[in-house]
Amino acid sequence: MSGGLKLKKNVLSAQQMARILRRMAGEILERNGGVEGLMLVGIRTRGVPMAEGLAAEIERSEGQKVPIGVLDITLYRDDLSVIAPQPVVKETRLPGPVEDQTLVLCDDVLYTGRTIRAALDALTDYGRPRAVQLAVLVDRGHRELPIQADFVGRKIASAADELVEVRFVDTDGEDKVTIMEPE
Amino acid sequence: MTQEGWTRKDLVGIADLSPQEIQLILDTAESFREVSERPIKKVPTLRGKTVVNLFFEASTRTRSSFEIAEKRLSADSLNFSSASSSLSKGESLIDTALNLQAMAPDLLVIRHSHPGVPHMLAERLPSGVINAGDGAHEHPTQALLDALTILQHKGRLEGLKISIVGDIEHSRVVRSNIHLLNKMGAEVTLAGPRTMMPVEAEKLGVRVVYTLDEAIKGADVIMMLRVQLERQSRLAFPSTREYFSLFGLTRERLKRAKRGVIIMHPGPMNRGVEIASDVADGPYSVILEQVANGVAVRMAVLYLLAGALQEAA
Repeated sequence: MSGGLKLKKNVLSAQQMARILRRMAGEILERNGGVEGLMLVGIRTRGVPMAEGLAAEIERSEGQKVPIGVLDITLYRDDLSVIAPQPVVKETRLPGPVEDQTLVLCDDVLYTGRTIRAALDALTDYGRPRAVQLAVLVDRGHRELPIQADFVGRKIASAADELVEVRFVDTDGEDKVTIMEPE
Repeated sequence: MTQEGWTRKDLVGIADLSPQEIQLILDTAESFREVSERPIKKVPTLRGKTVVNLFFEASTRTRSSFEIAEKRLSADSLNFSSASSSLSKGESLIDTALNLQAMAPDLLVIRHSHPGVPHMLAERLPSGVINAGDGAHEHPTQALLDALTILQHKGRLEGLKISIVGDIEHSRVVRSNIHLLNKMGAEVTLAGPRTMMPVEAEKLGVRVVYTLDEAIKGADVIMMLRVQLERQSRLAFPSTREYFSLFGLTRERLKRAKRGVIIMHPGPMNRGVEIASDVADGPYSVILEQVANGVAVRMAVLYLLAGALQEAA
């Protein structure tokens, strides 16, 4: 990132994030009629703590665990021929076969939609799930592909040169969402 | 190099690499292992890239390993071997290379019996060059796959005692391994008959012993080298039977080994010459894991070099 960024606005506090995850967990359960055949798949990096947060909420209300997978989409990016050096490849780990499962892809921010496109391609290489749904904590607009989320935490307006920063306790030491703008 | 970036267009040897670069390749390879365990063992990462495998020396294992790695990354690959290429018609190496270059490959994988050939091509050609073995000089991807295998079993390289046994003098595998293991903080011991030990081998920063028992004692890893029967122009030992009785790894000798020792071999093995069959197939052997790791390491190297080429372009 060239040039510094400064805080423009606090969007979500830890408490608000917790409430949103609780609501989204409820929506996921309502839509799918329970946890049967459900698998949460977090996209690295911050889709993972989000998936864990949703799974904890689901377990709290249903008393059942939902399997969680971790997806690294690096090998499926469409900008590998543009960026250099190569981004670091991390491991993908799914808890079991995806055949006939309903997968809920989790990501912190939905922006251009390119990450989700790559994630869908990656999932296809693991088999044929019954359905794939998308859950995002923040939808900031500016889509470049025809992709929409099934479950949205908060829609926020942002300019293209701004950065929506989502922080989780597990990865960043705190739960918080902010908008940063160029200095 | 930056914290997490690879910037070289070529992988010519381990000697030039920093410990951070070695770690990056190993970490990347660890991630790539999972691709080979999927039902669909292919990712689109190198789609549209062309890789030429240029083998001027016989190779089954390394060449097929590179080829599988290329295919799993969706690169287009092309194989040249010396027997079927214009080299047998008298074309010079650099002319062959320039002609290949005119077809604009992104990466060249080269094996040659002369040390330094990959280095020369790397300097002259815009393509990325990967050394798949040059004479008795280096074989970097072999050392990397060995390191990955050790890491999987021992969880670290630093402070491990690693003994390499056999034909040290003719082995490019040893040279690359010594560079890598020294850089990563392992303690290397070389063992073999005096006729197969380079003069002043200690200067490589290793311990040198001349009996198998000394090499086995206390070692966390024992790496047996192939006796290169075809490269033995002058006899370095009287007979393969005598070699086996002195330096062949048997179950009997392994009784003196440290608990949890692992046995490695770069292949192809001469059973009954440097290693007994029941050891090669035994519980301490990780020889087939090395082969599987070879594909992951080569995928990692192809992936990283392909990115560095974009930067140069």
